[in-house]
Amino acid sequence: MEEKKTSSQSGGALPFILGLLAALAVGWWMFPKALFSESHQPIRFSHKVHAEQGMACDDCHKMRDDGSYAGLPNNEKCGECHSDVVGSDPAEKKFVEEYIQKSKEVPWIIYQNQPDNVYFTHSAHQAQECTECHPKMTDNDSPPVARINKITGYTERTLKMWQCERCHAENGVSNACYVCHK
Amino acid sequence: MEKQEFKIKWGMVIDLDKCTGCGACMVSCQVENNIAPQQDASNKLRTLTWMNVFEMNNGQAFPDHEIAYLPRPCMQCGSPACVPVCPVVATDKNEEGGIVSQIYPRCIGCRYCMGACPYHARYFNWDDPVFPAGMEKTLSPNTSARPRGVVEKCSFCHTRWGRAKERARKEGVDTMDMPQEWYQTACTTACPGGVIQFGDVNNPKHSVYELVRSKYAFRLLERLGLDPQVWYVSKREWVRMLGDNYLESEKAKKHA
Repeated sequence: MEEKKTSSQSGGALPFILGLLAALAVGWWMFPKALFSESHQPIRFSHKVHAEQGMACDDCHKMRDDGSYAGLPNNEKCGECHSDVVGSDPAEKKFVEEYIQKSKEVPWIIYQNQPDNVYFTHSAHQAQECTECHPKMTDNDSPPVARINKITGYTERTLKMWQCERCHAENGVSNACYVCHK
Repeated sequence: MEKQEFKIKWGMVIDLDKCTGCGACMVSCQVENNIAPQQDASNKLRTLTWMNVFEMNNGQAFPDHEIAYLPRPCMQCGSPACVPVCPVVATDKNEEGGIVSQIYPRCIGCRYCMGACPYHARYFNWDDPVFPAGMEKTLSPNTSARPRGVVEKCSFCHTRWGRAKERARKEGVDTMDMPQEWYQTACTTACPGGVIQFGDVNNPKHSVYELVRSKYAFRLLERLGLDPQVWYVSKREWVRMLGDNYLESEKAKKHA
């Protein structure tokens, strides 16, 4: 008579649990880690230090005169205060010596790039708090790691379409295609 | 499908008696909308011309022979034929201003819309766009590049409307009632003869308001009932007669 295999003979619950954990580790940790490239800002810029001086977001992240959004400040803007080293932080010294004094713009990494087919305008969203879409940078002493999806090329923090649509719907704003797409 | 009415109705008026057929509108459109140069542009089945200039003549022999040129953008129809046939809602007419949208990442390339459009205003990307080395630096940020396998068409340069609204917010102007010159399509600004006028046909402050109400104004294939938002103006009756399929015994309809 043939011997029947039972679960106890195949090792019990332990291999199952180990396999499950291994699969979860691959899916939740290894794959996301492999999917996103990690890069660091060329200068350790501290939003926190600047916020503590009483500066607001739009003191540096300005709208241009034509209503478009200038995004990150350039050397001209930063140089208003940092034409020379004003503090004791080595990162600031590096910034002044390597960029300001050489008239070279810093190749800052953008955390939330828009996909090519999206037309987003900051001027229409000025009634919103910055932190509704952006991380609260005022608590941030050193810039977070920038993570970019190796397959799509999108930044990890790029807003998803459902996030835009939900806010539009909640605020009674049109969700017609050409409101956001180009 | 129920017809939607909007407060703003972006309209284009093209004066066929002024047009010299120079093609500046076509060129400016290709630049504004990142249409890559074609390998063989003589193959008209494969070219992408959101704005296309056609030549017409009155069929008479010299010395009575006359010609006219007809620039043809997307008509942004009030009741577009292309929208209800789209199986994936990649094209829609649901935005203020009445511009018919086309979303390339959603398009599956079935080309029903191309079959439905009586104006041949839609184009299919047979190939991926290839920009000659260095030309990628001249690409416009106003329009996303399209891959092969999707349909594209004129959008009345609607990103420029977004920019005009940005300016209006900055200057405290009502975005629903902006000066006409703030939002102009690329072809309108490029036309050396002032042939193309663009604006809100519902706004009496815009020049197009009067023009579309002229007795010389007509639209292409008006009797199909698609209610296009592009008007043509000509004082020559034979030109107006070519705007639709009239019987020999018919006179061209005067615009009410």
